[in-house]
Amino acid sequence: MPPPRKRGTALRQRLADLRGPDVPAKALDARALAALAANPGCSRRALLDGAGVNKAALADALGSPSAFGQSQFALTRGNAFEAKVKADGGADLLRLVHEKLDPRAQPPTGASVPDLSAIGPEGRTARTALALREAGQAPGTWTLLDHPMLALDVAGSPAFLEPDAVVVHPDGTWSVVEIKSFPLLDGSADPAKVGAAARQAAVYVLALEAVAARLDPAPRVRHRVLLVCPKDFSNLPAASAVDIRKQRAVTHRQLARLTRIEEIADALPDGTCFSPELPPEQLTAAVEAVPAAYAPECLAACELAFHCRDRSRAAGTVTALGRTVRAELGGLTTVGDVLAAARGEAGDPDDPAVAALRRAARLREEALGAMCR
Amino acid sequence: MSLIATLARLEAVTTGRARPTATVRHRHLSERPLVFVPLTTAGEAGAPLGALVGTDRDAPRLLVVAQPRDRDLRFAFLAELADIVLPYIDSHADAVEAAERSETDPETGKRVKVEVELCSDAPQLIVPSRAGVEYVRLLGRSMRFRRTAEQDPETPYPAPPRVPLLGRWLTHFGERSRVPGSSLLLALTEVLGRHWATGQSSLEDQHLGALLAWIAPPEGATGAEAALRAELARDGRGQLLCPPAGPATDPAFDNKLLAPAIERYDRARTALAAAEDGLQADDRLGELTAAERAIRELVLSRTLPTWEKVWQGLDLLRELPEGAHVEERWTRDRWSFTGHRDRVVAGEPPQPRRDDAVTAANKLATREREQGRLDAQEALDDPLVMAGRRLAGEAFTGEVVDVVMAYSEGKRPSPRPLVTVRTDDRPHLGERAKVFRSLGAKPQAAEFVRRDGPDAADGPEEECLLVLRIVDKMGRGKEPEEGSVPEKGDRVCFTLFEQEQRGGAKLPDPEDTPWTHGGPPGEPVPETADSVTEEDTL
Repeated sequence: MPPPRKRGTALRQRLADLRGPDVPAKALDARALAALAANPGCSRRALLDGAGVNKAALADALGSPSAFGQSQFALTRGNAFEAKVKADGGADLLRLVHEKLDPRAQPPTGASVPDLSAIGPEGRTARTALALREAGQAPGTWTLLDHPMLALDVAGSPAFLEPDAVVVHPDGTWSVVEIKSFPLLDGSADPAKVGAAARQAAVYVLALEAVAARLDPAPRVRHRVLLVCPKDFSNLPAASAVDIRKQRAVTHRQLARLTRIEEIADALPDGTCFSPELPPEQLTAAVEAVPAAYAPECLAACELAFHCRDRSRAAGTVTALGRTVRAELGGLTTVGDVLAAARGEAGDPDDPAVAALRRAARLREEALGAMCR
Repeated sequence: MSLIATLARLEAVTTGRARPTATVRHRHLSERPLVFVPLTTAGEAGAPLGALVGTDRDAPRLLVVAQPRDRDLRFAFLAELADIVLPYIDSHADAVEAAERSETDPETGKRVKVEVELCSDAPQLIVPSRAGVEYVRLLGRSMRFRRTAEQDPETPYPAPPRVPLLGRWLTHFGERSRVPGSSLLLALTEVLGRHWATGQSSLEDQHLGALLAWIAPPEGATGAEAALRAELARDGRGQLLCPPAGPATDPAFDNKLLAPAIERYDRARTALAAAEDGLQADDRLGELTAAERAIRELVLSRTLPTWEKVWQGLDLLRELPEGAHVEERWTRDRWSFTGHRDRVVAGEPPQPRRDDAVTAANKLATREREQGRLDAQEALDDPLVMAGRRLAGEAFTGEVVDVVMAYSEGKRPSPRPLVTVRTDDRPHLGERAKVFRSLGAKPQAAEFVRRDGPDAADGPEEECLLVLRIVDKMGRGKEPEEGSVPEKGDRVCFTLFEQEQRGGAKLPDPEDTPWTHGGPPGEPVPETADSVTEEDTL
């Protein structure tokens, strides 16, 4: 059942207030979503992303600029490769889809490539949904949707997503295509990059499933996506089917349990605002009002990571040294507490974590002492 | 990470300096390593932008690809690299010593000793970081299947003569670096990270500048401050003061400095090609040279700081005394080097794209065995590592408080002395568990008999008495040899893990690969070259 109209409007207004007057909302891309699902416990990130705050600008204003950027060489190459793969009405791309995902279907000749242009993300989303429905009414043909627009409800606000391509198979099923410019070398690619691509594709699959659920009968969205990469050191496309069932399940679960943005927003003091034009002290206070869950992994995914790291270090949190470090220290969460416990100045000796720490400290002293002798 | 290493990290946080996690150096460092600091082009696979390379700290060679997407320029770079790396490798290939290796005699099927050559030293390649090791592998892969005009006159874009050979060597270095404890190819951040714990996470330790800032902070700064500066400080033009150790470059460098410089170079080249007479060509050649020089300057400015840091890191490592077993592991690296040298000389084809089942299983078995060996040897060489094993209940030290002579039952009684050790360690000893101690560089085995105590009445709360039965390395006589049994008052250290690695089960010959693993590989088919198109790049 859709939520009452009034509440949605109120939330939207609340989030706009958080962004600040006349600051446009920044769209959530799938990469941000996948990263969000990687650190679901961070309310700060959930709220800022949900409200469409430009975190890079916010980090600049806070005095801890993010270090993200993309080299124009990589960008040019990525775009050139995608254009090459999709050339000739996607003939190459459809051939790969046929070969890797659906070899028993008829070969794709003369696939239809509907025009998806429309005004605004909402318009494009509606146009995509229409094209998907129409494709379903023409069984036995292939349809290629080039850069469709999908909407996914994330913690109470819609996020617009733009997959590289979606293919409608002759049997009416849908599949997601991801085009990446890292190489597929001798049939294998960098696992970290494939993992990121799979998480990203999983978000697209979830969004497509939401579209499919509104059709009757609901078409099946395939859980094997096609990853297209340059082959070896050439510019020829090579593809591999990637099973994303696990990533889909994980993302689905984590998106569902994401703390609802509304609740976080309600807990904020009145008048909180993240506009980059505010003075740094005020901004810092605003950001501090939302609890964060910093871990070193954030450095690779979040624009605010350096700010959160400063704060985390200043507070002496052990998680700043890594999640595994935190895991083995039991209930001790700050550097000071741990060292005091290790030196025997604090802590309950019956606590196994404290006892292990003391033994570790003694053994370490003994070994280092032996070195000095 | 063990709790001891975690404590070291926490101490580093409070003291502002990295803390040692090893008391000796656990990797071999060559007296004359070849340092290689490569840079790559963002987005392209195996398209180098440049490199600093050399064995002389004060005279690195700068190699630059002015237009990384140009195949000819890339080949020129690789040929130059081959001219530096291959002579360095060859300089180690000639000095040999005689050694013995046991081989299976093809006629009798027995194991016999054969006299073989072993290179007396091996080359050592040092790259700044883990990503550098991966890049060496990638370069090796991109080169080893290339064809030269001599190998195949028909090949569309022939590679310069020595490039495929360099590819095979870099592949070998990359492959060897996956064997735990090997030192043919080292990533400096990993070696430094093995020996020091910083006050930041291991993820952040992968930044060479930040890591060194913690280990050797500049005068008057804490490690945290210096590391932050290394990570983030930028100059007036928005460029990092401490450029990333590569091979990837900072996007701000690519976009603001490199891209305009390459564009200028491209323009100058087009203009030169369109020159109509000699005078004009001279002018335009001047512009092209200037543009090329500008790119060289840029690449130098991004690699030189890393080059200096690599040598600084090597200096720091050299201050540590070498661990006792490091030499032995280096000998294995020498065997590996000699083996590949022989394969190259024998004219064997380049390493295949995919290993057959038996080779792959052998490689995995080797890595597992070497990991076990490394873990055991590091603990034996280094009390700090042993402390970690003791904490984990995998070893114990203590004082011998009693020795009772006993003998085995049987026709010829052998000594089986019972030794009582008082320890405050808490080893996880099962019934009749085997334990080992190092006796004259050989492991001596003992059997756990019983645990007495903990004796709360006389001593600290955690002490206990362990009774062990020594079972070997005492000679053939009825009385144990002098010094082969610990005496009362000795401090001893026993481990629950094996100190020497045994080879695993023997794998079948490739011809006998079972069908479950794809069956025999059949006649080796020569690997084809990679497909090339008019334009490799996009």
